[in-house]
Amino acid sequence: MSGDKIKVITGSDLRSGDVVWWTGEGWSRHVDNAVGVEHDAEAIIARENAKQVVTDTHVIDATIEAGAVRPAHIKDRIRALGPTVRLDLSLKPADPQAGTWVI
Amino acid sequence: MYEYDQHDQAMVEARVAEFRGQVARRLSGELTEDQFKPLRLKNGLYLQLHAYMLRVAVPYGTLSSAQMRVLGDIADKYDRGYGHFTTRQNIQYNWIKLSDAPQILEDLAKVQLHAIQTSGNCIRNTTSDHFAGAAADEVVDPRPYAELLRQWSTFHPEFDYLPRKFKVAIIASDTDRAAMRLHDIGIQIVKNEAGEIGCKFFAGGGMGRTPMIAPCIAQFVPALQMISFLEAALRVYNRHGRRDNKYKARIKILVHEIGVDEYARQVQEEFAHILTLGLEPPPAELERIKAMFVDPGLESGLSDDLDLSDPDFALWVDQNVHAHKQPGYAIVTISLKPVGGIPGDATADQIRLMADLARDHSLDELRVSHAQNIVLPHVKKADLYRVWQALVEAGLATPNLDLITDIIACPGLDYCALANARSIPLAQKITDRFADIGRQRELGELKLKISGCINACGHHHAGHIGILGVDRKGLENYQLLLGGAESADTSLGTITGPGFSEDGVVDAIEKVTDVYLAHRDEGERFLDTYRRIGMAPFKEAIYG
Amino acid sequence: MVETVLRYRTDEPVADPAVTVDAFGAQGNATAVRIEPGDDALALVPFLDRIALIEVNFPSFADGRGYSSARSLRERGYTGELRAVGDVLIDQLSHMRRCGFDSFAPDKPISPEDAEAAFATWGEVYQKTVDGRAPIWAARHPGAQKA
Repeated sequence: MSGDKIKVITGSDLRSGDVVWWTGEGWSRHVDNAVGVEHDAEAIIARENAKQVVTDTHVIDATIEAGAVRPAHIKDRIRALGPTVRLDLSLKPADPQAGTWVI
Repeated sequence: MYEYDQHDQAMVEARVAEFRGQVARRLSGELTEDQFKPLRLKNGLYLQLHAYMLRVAVPYGTLSSAQMRVLGDIADKYDRGYGHFTTRQNIQYNWIKLSDAPQILEDLAKVQLHAIQTSGNCIRNTTSDHFAGAAADEVVDPRPYAELLRQWSTFHPEFDYLPRKFKVAIIASDTDRAAMRLHDIGIQIVKNEAGEIGCKFFAGGGMGRTPMIAPCIAQFVPALQMISFLEAALRVYNRHGRRDNKYKARIKILVHEIGVDEYARQVQEEFAHILTLGLEPPPAELERIKAMFVDPGLESGLSDDLDLSDPDFALWVDQNVHAHKQPGYAIVTISLKPVGGIPGDATADQIRLMADLARDHSLDELRVSHAQNIVLPHVKKADLYRVWQALVEAGLATPNLDLITDIIACPGLDYCALANARSIPLAQKITDRFADIGRQRELGELKLKISGCINACGHHHAGHIGILGVDRKGLENYQLLLGGAESADTSLGTITGPGFSEDGVVDAIEKVTDVYLAHRDEGERFLDTYRRIGMAPFKEAIYG
Repeated sequence: MVETVLRYRTDEPVADPAVTVDAFGAQGNATAVRIEPGDDALALVPFLDRIALIEVNFPSFADGRGYSSARSLRERGYTGELRAVGDVLIDQLSHMRRCGFDSFAPDKPISPEDAEAAFATWGEVYQKTVDGRAPIWAARHPGAQKA
């Protein structure tokens, strides 16, 4: 079931390499905190890059499904969760079904 | 094995200092990411899906127990308690912080390890035979030559910005245990009729988008001209390799486009010029290095007797233990491919356990094979049972060397930003399907290799059965290849037909193995049967 | 393009502008020539005596052809000024010097102090090249027989 299409900004924390998502006010490790962006994306990316806190910042497609953010591409879903073969190292270590969300 | 002198130590320490400065300049914004990226790649630091990944070099796959122990400690101190051994004999850590990277390099330097040139458009880690120094069929131990090559290629000022990455492998036997023909430059050390040692050079091999087997460009270069010849070969590539298209920038494209004869001619011309310059290290330098590789302390007169009354032990010996050139000794391969496990991964505790076994039972030495397993090269037969018991306890005694569950797999889309599909879950499903050891041994030697994208880090082109993960309209899909081989009879796999889902390709592999069992002649491996009967029977069984 | 030249020669700099390799071939009296990455530096070998300055352009620091051009020219006896111009960062200076460059005109100016620190990155070197520095193997084997 497809929901509303949005664009979100993602990147990696410059120092730690953690996957992060633009929340509108800052960067969160949790994709559900990502906000939709529109024509302001370029400006946000330029401003945030200049602060030397994030790197590899780029816009990706996502949908909102039941209030949760679902990246459109499997690669970004894996980025959002963690390695499907090591859920103990993912953001949802207690959820054995977390891997199915990726597919 | 090689031990750094103060010169080598100063070099790695200088690199640590240089990188510290570069990281500081990146964090302050003085360097942009575009400027910093090639610099961090030259220190093996990638930005991957979940974090920075650090690739530590294991020169020609050889480690001391002290070095192995530090690799385990780094996994605990800076990562998440495990490391991944790669198809180029290196180790990778997946959860590294940029801010820790300079300190990690400093810790590595203390035990003569580094991450120099393990990525980037430069000369990478030179790989070699993981049985070097222990195998009966080698002309000489190739590792002193590999060490000479390592030093020559380290911080080489002319070749730091090549068109693309450059990988060299060097062996010294007709049996190619290092996939030498699939490298940018491959070297086989040979003896000519006069008994002189020399190098047979191959150039333009590789996998990836356009796999090629390296043709020979020089039949015999005297060993004491090896470096001069390499200078020439690299210079021609640096000058003429394509710079307009990243996917056509490897030397294999150059050799293919201008032809091997023309490339060889240009190299000979440059070689003649280089020989006038006196660039070659003196014979004394090779002798100095060689002296560190002879006599690791093997004892004479030891018994070759082995008590094989424990059937599990006997099975492991039969599958994972190779003959050593010295009576009373054996070469042990520790499988990092447990059924249902992640190929090539080892926990910090396992890494330290292997370090201890090397210290106590392998004359302080280990090897990393490009098949992502660990080798203890010098184990007394009298110690084999004790070693095996320790491995059993650590989950490292899977008796599957070269069997279908001894899978080579890249990290794939679970870890790698370049991937199109996951490779590890597929490897797990395949090993689960073929978990029964009797069934595996019935199938015999069957090298299965999985790559999660066309870059072919899983060497799928060289798999008896190869699998390539692709992205088909946003879904993971898998192409099946048959008939690749990486040894002296190197061949590239042929695709069977349309791709499969993850479950579908596991079923297809099972059908392929059934066809083999139905058709094989006495003594034929899977590869032999495939070469004899061709693709048609397999295709028929898979696609009906 | 701001050109602040770092120069490590004691002779007078050349005043003439550098001409392209093609133009050099056409003219008889140019003393300064500029090599682009795709040019064949060895085409200049017959004329090295009358060239006082060779500029090697690095439009992108990632294109390393200029290193081979420079080193090849020095190997064939060029003793004039060899200048790296363009996208040159301090991270490339040491290797460039080792390939025979003795002056630098980076797009983004580099201070002489930063340059000196860059040249000092490695106290020793593994390879023998054209910069006259003794490689580590020579230190290990003083007076050893050549291969």
